[in-house]
This record gives sequence, C-alpha cells and structure tokens, in this order.
Amino acid sequence: MLKFILLVNKQGQTRLAQYYEHPEHDRVSVERDIIRKCLAREDNQCSFLEYKNFKLVYRRYASLYFIVGVDHTENELAILELIHNIVETYDKYFDKVCELDIMFNLDKAYMILEEMVMNGRIVEMNQNRILLPIRVMDQATQ
Amino acid sequence: MPTVAKGDGMRGLAVFISDIRNCKSKEAEQKRINKELANIRSKFKGDKTLDGYNKKKYVCKLLFIFLLGHDIDFGHMEAVNLLSSNKYTEKQIGYLFISVLVNTDSALIRLIIQAIKNDLEARHPVHICLALQCIANIGSKEMAEALTKEIPKLIVSGETIDAVKQSACLCLLRLFRTSPETVPPGEWTQRVGHLLNDQHLGVVTSATSLIHTLAQKTPEDFKPCVQLAISRLSRIVTSSYTDLQDYTYYFVPAPWLSVKLLRLLQVYPPPEDPALRGRLNECLETILNKAQEPPKSKKVQHSNAKNAVLFEAINLIIHHDTEPSLLVRACNQLGQFLQHRETNLRYLALESMCLLASSEFSHEAVKKHMDTVITALKTERDVSVRQRAVDLLYGMCDKSNAEEIVAEMLSYLETADYSIREEMVLKVAILAEKYPVDYTWYVDTILNLIRIAGDYVSDEVWYRVIQIVINRDDVQGYAAKVVFEALQAPACHENMVKVGGYILGEFGNLIAGDQRSSPMVQFQLLHSKYHLCSAPTRGLLLSTYIKFINLFPEIKGQLQDVLRNNNNLQNADAELQQRAIEYLQLSTVASQDVLATVLEEMPPFPERESSILAKLKKKKPNVSDIEVVKEGKKSSNPPTLNNSAANTPEATPASAPVPVMAAAPAPAPVQSASDDLLGLSAGPAAAAPVTNNFAAPAAPAGGGGLLVDVFDTPPAQNNVSTALAPQAEENFFKFAIKNNGVLFENELLQIGVKAEYKGNLGRLGLFYGNKTSYPFQFFTPTVSCPGELASAMNVQTKPLDVNTVEGGAQVQQIINVECIADFVDAPILSIKFSYSGSMQQINLMLPVMLNKFFEPVEMDATSFFNRWKQLSRRPGQEEQKIFKASFPINSDTSRTKLLGFGFGLLDGVDPNPDNFVGAGIIKAQSSQVGCLLRLEPNMQAQMYRLTLRTSSKSVTTRLADLLLKLF
Repeated sequence: MLKFILLVNKQGQTRLAQYYEHPEHDRVSVERDIIRKCLAREDNQCSFLEYKNFKLVYRRYASLYFIVGVDHTENELAILELIHNIVETYDKYFDKVCELDIMFNLDKAYMILEEMVMNGRIVEMNQNRILLPIRVMDQATQ
Repeated sequence: MPTVAKGDGMRGLAVFISDIRNCKSKEAEQKRINKELANIRSKFKGDKTLDGYNKKKYVCKLLFIFLLGHDIDFGHMEAVNLLSSNKYTEKQIGYLFISVLVNTDSALIRLIIQAIKNDLEARHPVHICLALQCIANIGSKEMAEALTKEIPKLIVSGETIDAVKQSACLCLLRLFRTSPETVPPGEWTQRVGHLLNDQHLGVVTSATSLIHTLAQKTPEDFKPCVQLAISRLSRIVTSSYTDLQDYTYYFVPAPWLSVKLLRLLQVYPPPEDPALRGRLNECLETILNKAQEPPKSKKVQHSNAKNAVLFEAINLIIHHDTEPSLLVRACNQLGQFLQHRETNLRYLALESMCLLASSEFSHEAVKKHMDTVITALKTERDVSVRQRAVDLLYGMCDKSNAEEIVAEMLSYLETADYSIREEMVLKVAILAEKYPVDYTWYVDTILNLIRIAGDYVSDEVWYRVIQIVINRDDVQGYAAKVVFEALQAPACHENMVKVGGYILGEFGNLIAGDQRSSPMVQFQLLHSKYHLCSAPTRGLLLSTYIKFINLFPEIKGQLQDVLRNNNNLQNADAELQQRAIEYLQLSTVASQDVLATVLEEMPPFPERESSILAKLKKKKPNVSDIEVVKEGKKSSNPPTLNNSAANTPEATPASAPVPVMAAAPAPAPVQSASDDLLGLSAGPAAAAPVTNNFAAPAAPAGGGGLLVDVFDTPPAQNNVSTALAPQAEENFFKFAIKNNGVLFENELLQIGVKAEYKGNLGRLGLFYGNKTSYPFQFFTPTVSCPGELASAMNVQTKPLDVNTVEGGAQVQQIINVECIADFVDAPILSIKFSYSGSMQQINLMLPVMLNKFFEPVEMDATSFFNRWKQLSRRPGQEEQKIFKASFPINSDTSRTKLLGFGFGLLDGVDPNPDNFVGAGIIKAQSSQVGCLLRLEPNMQAQMYRLTLRTSSKSVTTRLADLLLKLF
C-alpha cells in the first residue's frame, strides 16, 4: 500500500502532503530527509529507492517532484504511472497545472487526490469519473 | 501577481501565500506564520458569526502552514463544526482538514463519529462518500466499533451507487486493518467476491484491494474469488485496448486493476482445477507475448503500464513456481531487460531475477546472465542498481560459480559505495562459507575480506573464521601461515590482529619450525601491533601470550615481562589488569602439567548455524525467505539455514568444556547468544570451572574474588528477611553510572555484576562467589518484576545448572532484559540458599535503571535549542530541580558522571564552560524518548540547577530522580 504522497518543488518545499499511515513522530524531519534524498538524484538514476523499511517512487515534472512512499507489496511501475495519472488529472482540471494552481487551490488538489487514492489504495483511475464530484461542486457554487 | 486558476479565489489566502513567498529568511517566515496563527486563533475564538467562506479560507491557510512543516494544534473543533453544515463545499473542507491534520483527541473523535453517522444516513450519495472517505483515511479502533455494522450493507446492496461502493470497500478495509475483530465475516463475505464481476472497473479495483487484504487473513473464506479473479483477468488481457476505453491507459487495458488481480492470485497456490489452471497460464502467456509485440506508442507511459503488468505476472509465475516453461520464459524476458536503456527496467529486472534465482526450475537459466550482472556491478552509475546486482549475484551463487562470484565481489568491494559495504562483506563471508572450493580458499577469502574492508567486517565474520579453523585440523597449519604473512603488512587492520592473535595462540606451533616464523618472531610480530590496538584486542593478545607460554616455554621470560609490565599490571582497564595479573600468576605458580591442561588447544565448536547469516537476515528480512525457499527445495533434508533456528539462540547449547580462552571475554555482542564465538553464553556450568582455575591462584594476589572492584567494596551485613539487604540501595545507585562492579558483599557471599546494554536490550552477568569454605546448598536466585514493571520490562533468567555452590567457587548467571516502556522500579533479585543448615535470604535490586537504555546524541547548538523549545509546550515535559550538592563540585567528575549516565555532552552550546548541556534518547521497545539536559553548578553556593526536558512526563521525572542522587 501507499504510505504517503508528497508534492514538492525544486527548492524542497512541500506543496501537498497526504499521509495514509500517520508517522508517529517527527514528520517534518523525516519528510525533509526524504525530499533531500530524492532531489539529490540525477536524471539517469532510477526512479525507485529504498528508504528505511520501505520504498520511494518518485517522478519529476519540470520543477515539481511527486514522491510516493510504498511498502514492499506495491508494483513500482504501477505507482510511477499512478503519479503520471494524477498529474494528467490535475492538468485536465486546472488546465496546464503549475505549482501556483496547487498552492492556491489546495482544497481542490486534495479533493482530486482523495478521489484517486484512499487509505493508501487506488480507488479510481478514470479521469472523468475522478473529476465528477468536484465538477458537481463547482457547478453548485457558481 | 499569481493567477488563480479556478473556483472562488480567496484573496486573503493569496496574500498570505505571497507574503510567505516573499519572506527573505526563516525568521521572517516564522514571524509571518505566527502572526497568521494568532489571527486565525482569534477569529475562531471571537467571531461566532464566521461564515462558511471565511472558515474555508482559514482552514486552507492552516493546511498551508501545516505543509510548511508546522504542527497545527487547533482548529479541529471548527473543522468538526463544518461537518454538520449542509453545504457540500463546507462539509468537504471540514472532512479534508480532519483527514490531513489527524488529531486523536478522543472527545473530538466522538463528535466526528457522530457527524459521520449522520452523513452515512443522509440521502445524498456525495455526503455518504465524504463520510466513507474520511473513515478510510483516519479510521481508528473507536470508529471501527461504532461504524462497522453499516459498511458491509453498503457494499453488497444492489441500490448503492458505484462511487459509494468503491469508497465503502476501502473504508471497510481500513476498519479491518485497524481492528479485525470488529469486522466479523458474514453473509456479505461471499457477496463481496462477486464484486469482481461488477461492470464498473472502479468498483472491481476497490473490491480487489479489500479481498486481497481479507484473503491474506482467512484464505479459505475467499477461495471462490480465485476463479472470479482469473476470469476477470482473462477478459482484460484478451481485450483489445478499444474495448475498455474508460479504463485503457496509453493503449494498455486497465493496468492497475490487472496488477491488483495478479497480486490477489499470489495469496493462493496454483489452482488445482486443470481447466482453471490452463486459463490462468493462457493469461500469463498472453502477457509474456505482449511484451514481445512492437509497442503501440513510443511514450514511456505506455511501456511502463505494460511492464507493470508484466512484472506482476512474473511475480505470480515465481510465486507458483510450478511451470518450468513459464519460469524460463520469464527469465529470458528479464534477461532482455537487463540490457535495456531504461534504468528503471534494469533495476526491476535485477530485483525480479533475484527471486527467480531461488527457483530450482529457473536457477540455471538465471546463471546464464552472470556476466551481464557482473558488468552491471562494474558499470552501473546508480548505486541502487548496483546494490540489486550484488543481491542477484548472491542469489545466483552456487557451488559451480562461487569462486568467480566471490572474486568479483571482492574486487568490487575495493571501490564499493560505503552504504553497501557492510552488507557485501556479510554476503561474501556467507558465500565463502557455504560454497567453499576448499578450506584454504575459504581462509584466504575471509582474510582478503578483512584486508580490503576491515572496518566493515563485523565480529560475527571473524568469529566464524576462527570457529571453522578450530574445527578443521586440515586447514590449521595453512591458516597459521597466512595470518602470519598477513600480519607482516605494515598497516594491518585490527580485525586482522584479532584473527592473527587467536590463530597463532592456538596453532602458532605448527609454523614455529621455520626460522622465519620462530616463536620469538611470532611474538614480536604480534606485540608490535599491541600498542595500536583497542583494549578488547589487547585482552585477546594477552590470552595469546599465555597460550604461547604453554606452546613455547623457551620464550616464557619475554612473555612474562610483558605481563609484568606496569602498563598491564596497573592498567586502568580492569579487564586488562585482571588478565595480566592472573596470567602472570598462573604462569608462575602452575606446573608445566597444569599449564598444559589449562591452556590446551580449543576443542571443536559445536556445529551451529552461522551467526553471519542471522545478522544478514536482521539487516534485510526479505533475504531470509529466499534462502529458506532455496534450501528447502534443493534438498530433502530440513533446511539448514532455517529461520527458526536463528531466532532461538537458546537452541545452541555448547556442551564442550571450554578451556582457558573461554575466560577471555571477547567482545560479546548483546543481541543473541548465537552471535557469540566463544560460547560465553553457553551456560554457567561451562564457565564456572574456568573461573575456578583462575580464582584459586589469583586469590592471594588479588585479595578477593574475580570481580574485584577497586573503587568500592563496602562490606555488607548478613541479613535474613524479605526486606532489601542493607546498603542494597546505595550500591544500586552506584550502578547508574557504571556497568560492572560489586552489587553485594557480606562475609558469606559476594555478587558481582557485568552488564552490557545496546538499544532496548541488556544482558547482565551475575557472579555469585562463595567466600566461605563450605558449600551453599539449594542455591536459588530468582528475579521478579514487581507491579507495573512487569509490563514495562521483559526479564529472562537462565536458571543455574547447579544448585550447590562449592566453598570458594563462583557461579555465573546470565540475565537478559528488554525494555518495553519506561519504568521506575528495578527488578528484585532474591537469593535463597542454605549455609551450614540455616536458610539465608538476600533481596537486592537488580541494577537496571531507565538510563541504561539511553543512547547519547550529538547535535549542534541550533538544533539543540530548537528541540529545547519544542519540549516546553506541555506540562510535565520539563523538570527543574535546584539542590545542594551532595558531593564536592568538580567539573571533570560531573562530566564523567553524565557520560556514564548515558548523555552525549554538547560542548560549546552553553557559553558558560562550567555548565553542562547533554542529549540522549531512551530506547524502549514501544517508544523512543528524546531527552535534553542542562546542569548548571553554582560553585559559591555549592548548589546545582538541573533542568531536564523530554517528551514524556514519566521519563522526565525518573531521570531527574536518578540524576539527583549523583550530584
């Protein structure tokens, strides 16, 4: 299962963090350590790395990094594409998503993620279905 | 100015975010955040009429602050209030806040549960979904108890809409994981399986996750799902990408669902029904075939999705391990990936192949790729890939290629990354032992290992080479020759000195015939290293010298000179001093016959599992499984490298009489008895006669038992009652800053303690010395944990093998302790025995106190003060005492005491050099508690001010009490 999803920028600032297994202590320093490790990697290095007793799968989009912590039962490539699907879904909703879209619409970003991954497991991968509830909400508020 | 993409732009939020982004320094940012937090706090407190829009704005701000790395400790109540709003947006933001900023405050949880209950009963499916998502994300035991009944109904009811079913599945999964007992199987369990047939693939995906977890717990209940999963999988893999349009991702039909189904099937053995099995094999073949087809898209997404399914299919093939043709095809496919230009694929191929190597069907096929893997080890630019290559080489190694693989690994080790050296050393050591070409090769390999990577060679490795040399007499002469040669290197590693010292001490005579390695040369060579070595190694060398006295009487004089040297006789290290005194005495007093008996060659070690393997398993738990599988399949014998054997060190009794070398405490690791080369832990019976041998001649010189503590041996009164013995408490507290010494002494009995601690584990050796010339009968020491201590500490006592302690004799007892949680009281050691007809009873506190499980921490001033500040928020975290000094204030003594207590001392943090600043961590099994200390002496007033901060009230109090007794 997934332990957490982090979205961070090149400066290492967390822009979105969702934990599915809550870290007992010292979330901040562990998070920093993970981010530092991922940001330090070069392009030719593989997208997976062992971290303590779990694995990190990460993918870089321009200045944004998606980092997903998974246990040993997950399929690495499937997670790598889950990340891409999240990005595409954001893209579809925000129309060319960028860091600022996420920052200023944090609630929406979380809501979309919630529709895709719940309790550390994949719920829905069809982009139209993922966006359905949020579009209903948008219409209601307009 | 940033643009706001969608929805209701929140100006306040935008301003706040820009402010933060414009902050030039960390301090400015902190200031801005504090201001905002104060603002939000006052808004939440004062303004009762805060509307939904504003609440939402503040919640977003708090989320943003949380992401910046700050803990948010308020606002939960307001979020809970939002849950009862009728507006979807407000409700959603409330749930979002609660899901991200979890708070386990129980009063709050009750309110949340109530709100969830209301929403579950609501008619609007989006409300139900929100409630279910919330449970899925934060579900606790309390929630499980209150809500479990509702969920299964939602899953199996025909009326529930798809989105709700999906959420309900994952919600139930959460509740099952948090407290399985609240999710009783029922009629719904069967019906949940049929969700695998659901039309909506989103529902199937969620249901598969749920079934996977449930099936791991009770596979029998979900066996019918195997058939359903296979038929679903078959429909997906045979569909063209246009069939499942909604769920086709870059021309791959439902990749995530396929992966999940393949995972679910890995819970079960291959299906027994031949038709079903055929169908599954068809699926797997189709997946393998697709890998060979030309890609439908050049995009990496396409190949990733396709290969995700492929790797999972290979995992299933390996799991079943019954279809040779599939296994070989899988191996060939992975072989192609080994040379792929995508680093990710090379990494995964190496990892998967490592599993394949353990199957008897594909082991040979994997071996064909050895050269590629060796090239990978040498050329890969990514250390994580190289690490996988090492794992695979280890996995594919057998008798036929061991020599080559070990040679390659040794040569790689010279330049290997520091992060993987230790593990590689263990692996080389294991392979060399498991597939030895011959024993001379084995000895060469291990010595090379020490030469190349001495720092990474753990004790287990050099213990093992000695065990093997001792047990095989055909290799002893050779071993003596090569260690002698290795020791001639100008800079040789201390581990080499240890092995060399031990082996020459036993078998130096086998090479002494050669003038170039005459006894004197051997001795001088070893002694030239003596002064560069640590105390434990010196101790070992002293034992070598006494053995030389027996082997080579012609150089006895020179050897005695070394023992007699003041550096040894008056060494500050009690162990060295003791050895020097006793060995010298032994060599002077005992006749040649006695010497020969006492110092005879070590008897063979009992054959037991290599402790190196146990160590590797501890480092990498998943390795052991491979080993066991492999061994179990290759031979019909019970697996020699069995897990259970490694985990029960008590199962390795050493019955051999251990002569003199056994008395030399090699640095025995604390963790497990089987780690211990010398069988020190083999039981008191083995050790007792040895100590006798020594105690007798040493007594006149030392004037006491074996464990003479030069610092304090207050004579205690005899006592027969259930109360603690007099002075027990005073002695007990002396152990707060030391591990060895005399715990108790009266005219009959002396009790010495030697203790070692590591992490949350400790091992105490108790030495009961009978000071009289009459036996103690019915000698029974027992250890008990009174009251709360029983749940905070595990104490294992090895019963004594004898119940009589002869006059003048000493028996040893080993006690293992494990700290589960913090504690105050000490275990009670109660000793009963009969001495010349009258029963004696002595009750003592076993010197185990909280600070024994303390590990020092180093940090710089900034991080110290950050933590110091963090630890002042809640009551009980800080304890401050101002008290009159009980001992004269002396900076050096205080320093020693604090270090002995376990603190890491941080110099330069406090500008006043007289003040002490320290940090450490209490390592209990259930929790680790960081502790910070400041101790400020006031020389004029002869007072101290002691301030302690930890995150746990009980720890703060206990540590402060202990420290108070020391100053």
